[in-house]
Amino acid sequence: MSKRTIIPFGPQHPVLPEPVHLDLVIEDEKVVEAIPSIGFIHRGLEKLVEKKEYTEMVYVIERICGICSFGHGWGCVSAIEGAMDIEVPARADYLRTIWHELSRVHSHLLWLGLLADGFGFESLFNHTWRVREAVLDIFEETTGGRVIFSVCKVGGVRKDIDNATLKGISEKLDEIRKETAELTDVFIEDTSVKNRLCGVGYLSKEDATDLCTVGPMARASGIVQDIRLTGNGVYDDLGFEPCIETAGDCWARCKVRIDEIYASIDLIQRAIEKIPDSEIAVPVKGNFHGEFALRMEQPRGEAFYYAKGFDEPTKYMERMRVRTPTNMNIPAMVKTLQGCDLADVPMNILTIDPCISCTER
Amino acid sequence: MSYVAKSPWIIHYDGSSCNGCDIEVLACLTPMYDVERFGIINTGNPKHADVFMITGAVNERNKAVIKQIYDQMPEPKVVVAIGICACSGGIWEECYNVLGGIDKVIPVDCYIPGCAARPEAIIDGVVAGLGVLAGKRERMEKGLDPEGTDEAAPEAAVGAPAGTETAEAEKEAE
Repeated sequence: MSKRTIIPFGPQHPVLPEPVHLDLVIEDEKVVEAIPSIGFIHRGLEKLVEKKEYTEMVYVIERICGICSFGHGWGCVSAIEGAMDIEVPARADYLRTIWHELSRVHSHLLWLGLLADGFGFESLFNHTWRVREAVLDIFEETTGGRVIFSVCKVGGVRKDIDNATLKGISEKLDEIRKETAELTDVFIEDTSVKNRLCGVGYLSKEDATDLCTVGPMARASGIVQDIRLTGNGVYDDLGFEPCIETAGDCWARCKVRIDEIYASIDLIQRAIEKIPDSEIAVPVKGNFHGEFALRMEQPRGEAFYYAKGFDEPTKYMERMRVRTPTNMNIPAMVKTLQGCDLADVPMNILTIDPCISCTER
Repeated sequence: MSYVAKSPWIIHYDGSSCNGCDIEVLACLTPMYDVERFGIINTGNPKHADVFMITGAVNERNKAVIKQIYDQMPEPKVVVAIGICACSGGIWEECYNVLGGIDKVIPVDCYIPGCAARPEAIIDGVVAGLGVLAGKRERMEKGLDPEGTDEAAPEAAVGAPAGTETAEAEKEAE
């Protein structure tokens, strides 16, 4: 038996845009065990419910993560609206769905870029982010922000998008789809990319179920699980179908996310065709009361939101709990790291699409 | 500033930010904003870096990491705090685990506010930081301490929010 060495990985590492620490126990070139330690980004934001009113808390929850910020904001307001029995106008629901799916397109493009950067394909990374800028331009045009919008509020949305602009967005998405197709062909077909991804980080369907994986990670292992099938939003009207792969390796996880980009673009275009004319928000009066929990599909997987008020209605919530997708995928990541080559460690970490600031909050 | 004498290499570390500013820092490096045309390269190694770009507030856990990266960087060096969290703690100021802005741990030369800081603002801030870097290099050539304040002081911190005390000022107060 060869000698065991421990290689520290992170918190500051070129592959990681965010700090997470892994102790990799190495035998020759193989990883025997990976011991994660987290907490570098822990802020303790759930405790802020004591200091922020329930309408302000939305903007705190939105800043859990700058990549899926809209989704977190939506989850938070939905939990509050559910607890207080607020009916949201149909147009607001459609607008939220459109922004959420645009976030997914931007998040997946961002991730594809980071993956390309991870395996050293710099030009592919730059091109993916060039395409992503077009999505950010749509955000800037419609909300005023590039990554954090603060456009979701309790009772509806803060800004309307007029129908002419929506048509323009639909046309822009056609272009984005065309440009994305040129890039995703490289991810799917290119030999050197396939060499880095195919068969790496295999996770069987049984393991994926046992380790409670969520989102694209679970769908790449053949689990049909997508909260958009049952959760809030207008996905029922749009005819949503989840994207599933069965190979369970890094390539499959990449393929699922690529398919989801196209699926999201289709969803947005269908939503733009169907969007009804109505108010975009209802007035919200009174203090917070009640209790509500819901699940939502974020770009990284299932997220859970729970809001609870005090017995006497006040401006403050008693508890706001968020469980985020990366948190659930870390055990699966540790599992895929066991027995992999040292050179494949970055691929295994990146393909769970880690969002550490979500995990630690 | 119209002329950069040396290609400044940057190192980026995520303090406890929400990723918003991090992805904007990365966006600066990609074709839309493309700071590589000025010779600015994102390096993963603190020993190669001139500019330390840091996003997010300081907490108990990452205090030592930030300090270590800063200490590993060779002189002269410039610290750029990106986003309102790095400037003052921002929305997280009242959180139990957040100590405040980056200047609680290391001296900051340039503050870029915004939530999230826009790429244009980041580029503007880094260019301002390069001015500070040039000043520090001059001081080193004269044999002075680059971080010191005695005669021919390097340019004062750019855009520091009012009432922000630097780590050094606090030490002096003690």
